[in-house]
Amino acid sequence: MKPKNQRLVLILLALAAVGGAVLLAMSALRSQAAFFYSPADVVRHGRPPADRAVRIGGMVRQGSINRHGDGVTIDFLVGDETPNTIRVRYRGITPDLFRENSGVFAEGRFQADGLFVASEILAKHDENYMPPVAAGNEHKSGSLE
Amino acid sequence: MIAEAGLAALWLAACLSLLQLLLGAAALRPEGQGLLPSIRPIAVAQGVLAAIAFLALIWLFLRTDLSVRLVAANSHSEKPWLYKFAGAWGNHEGSMLLWVTVLAVAGAAVALLERRLPQRTLIATLAAQAAIGLGFYAFLLFASNPFERGPIPPSGDGAGLNPLLQDPGLAFHPPTLYFGYVGISIAFSFAVGALVTRDVGPAFARAMRPWVLGAWIFLTLGITAGSYWAYYELGWGGWWFWDPVENASLMPWLAATALLHSVTVLATRDGLRAWTIMLAVVAFSMSMIGTFLARSGILTSVHAFAVDPKRGAFILALLFLYIGGAMALYALRVGTVKEGSKFDFVSREGALVVNNLLITVILGLVFVGTIYPLITEAMGTRISVGPPYFNAVNGPIALILVAIMGAGPLLRWRRDDLAKLGGRIAIPALLCAAVLLALVLLEPGMGWLPLFGLTVAIGIGLASLAPLWGRNLRRTPLFTWGMVIAHLGIAVALAGMASESAFTKETLVAARPGQGMRVGPFAVRFDNVEPVAGPNWTAVQANLVAWRGEDGARLPLHPQQRLFPSAPGSPTSEAAIVTRWDGQLYVALGNPDGQGRWQLRLWWKPFVTLIWLGGAMVAFGGFLSLIGRLRRERRTRGEPAEALA
Repeated sequence: MKPKNQRLVLILLALAAVGGAVLLAMSALRSQAAFFYSPADVVRHGRPPADRAVRIGGMVRQGSINRHGDGVTIDFLVGDETPNTIRVRYRGITPDLFRENSGVFAEGRFQADGLFVASEILAKHDENYMPPVAAGNEHKSGSLE
Repeated sequence: MIAEAGLAALWLAACLSLLQLLLGAAALRPEGQGLLPSIRPIAVAQGVLAAIAFLALIWLFLRTDLSVRLVAANSHSEKPWLYKFAGAWGNHEGSMLLWVTVLAVAGAAVALLERRLPQRTLIATLAAQAAIGLGFYAFLLFASNPFERGPIPPSGDGAGLNPLLQDPGLAFHPPTLYFGYVGISIAFSFAVGALVTRDVGPAFARAMRPWVLGAWIFLTLGITAGSYWAYYELGWGGWWFWDPVENASLMPWLAATALLHSVTVLATRDGLRAWTIMLAVVAFSMSMIGTFLARSGILTSVHAFAVDPKRGAFILALLFLYIGGAMALYALRVGTVKEGSKFDFVSREGALVVNNLLITVILGLVFVGTIYPLITEAMGTRISVGPPYFNAVNGPIALILVAIMGAGPLLRWRRDDLAKLGGRIAIPALLCAAVLLALVLLEPGMGWLPLFGLTVAIGIGLASLAPLWGRNLRRTPLFTWGMVIAHLGIAVALAGMASESAFTKETLVAARPGQGMRVGPFAVRFDNVEPVAGPNWTAVQANLVAWRGEDGARLPLHPQQRLFPSAPGSPTSEAAIVTRWDGQLYVALGNPDGQGRWQLRLWWKPFVTLIWLGGAMVAFGGFLSLIGRLRRERRTRGEPAEALA
């Protein structure tokens, strides 16, 4: 093989590899990406199917945190600027900054009865940070400009 | 006074970098020959001035000069001195100043130390370096001035450092990563220099290689340290979260790893010329994107210090300018890069090409997964891409890559024979098969990724030692040792990852003092909870004792919930970790349940320490290679291409 041809083969291989990567990424994203739902989204678009991992976010409603007898499971309501809420159940240690009237993200699945069972509650790292839901449109205009 | 001096030094350094760029560009024209000797001193002076500015900032933080806005917002007079010192870069402005300082000092080092490159290429390199620095100087001076004065806060003291950052990790993790990013930018400047002067070849590759290697060592260390820091500080028991900011450091590392291997082909066999330059461009782009993701505030994480759209826009503009410029230069000049020498597909070069392709694919997959949510969010749909995606797409490819890593070093350069290779890898391949069989029989129900991960790790761990077989170990060159240790480190880290994900045992309880519990092979007794005080925090501390077997050693564990008065209302969890030879026992203290019980989360993580031991081995292997290369180069200076191990 001439060096010139070899270079061509290498370029084609590289393109094929990158193209394959993008195809693989796209198909995996379709099945694995977790869509984000706010309480209002659940009402607007309907609940996602139970086999699909999604992420929800909003504010923990005042007075809604309810601890189970085992001491490690809690139920709470996540709300947003609309009157809608999502019932969430989580078994585990809540993040340091998890509390009422504070922003929260949870990843998990909806049950058939509308209860959201969280596999993970995401800590917000910074007390100055407001979740986009709470900050409203400010975030949208500010993020990608 | 110190603040003004620092700012002045920064302005001067910025002006010098502009001068360095203009004079460098002029010197490269045929009529500008006379300017050539003036460039090196400018680069050195620029490095010195940037260092002065950075030292001034450290001085302000050490003295807690509250009239400086940045200090008042991020420091506190009662912090231990280490955190005052490291706190200088535990914020947006300071970390950008550190970035630009490392860049300028590295530029000065190139100007002082680099003697292998033709002078014109070196000047082009320094000019490119100045162009990169200039954008960041502008960013600092116009959008993130660290020396800005402000009103003294009414409380009479600073607001304090984010408690999560108050950790020795802060002194180590950001600087090492920045050394890595900047090292890559230098490798990129070399590539630009070589493109401009049409000088891409083995000599250029040998000049660039130590910088790539050095950058890669620092990135490896920075990522390993960051992973361990997150593991023990965040209290979730995980060591890698596929957080976009983690990916931002992983992507330059992947690109640098590919570049490191291709630059070796270029240096020793004069192959993969255009590809190596392309990788330098990609690696630089990735380190720019990493800086952008971490610094623009576009991502919410512990790394995003400030959410300021103006800054995000500024960095985004820089990003497009630099990456666009780099790509445009590449597209314009790649035609002038001559063909390299050819090789068979079954050869060391061929294996390295496959390595490069697979790493590029992984890089592409991580990149898409990291950027995709940002793009969809801009279009109005919010999604998150997490571990399910990254593990599913990267796992299999990474395993193939590691398998090839075991075989590649056993191939000869230029041409080899597959049948002979089969003979060389027969024993590791048999070991793989035996491990796989044993795991399937003894540990049914193991996930396929950890299953194959452990199999490949053990087999390839053995294979990675194979290049030493039949050699006189005392006469084996240092860089061969480096390669063997780095490859072994990858296998070791992979074994740790697989073991952690397959064999971790977890217990979550709400327990009263005096209560006992079990986690994996350990019995644990929860004794009591007591208040303790540190230098600038108070804490609730749980006292536990763990033991394995009836007469096992009693291991004390003291997880805490710390509260910093400077950040009231945001306690941080300090996990207690006990390391044994075969793993770590990890305990995090949760909240009281109001009825006298405390939440406790315990993990037994077999061989989890191998992850970071492996990372350290990889970096150490790189270090040995670097020393070995530099020593050989000193010995054979002036002679043409060396023979390779």
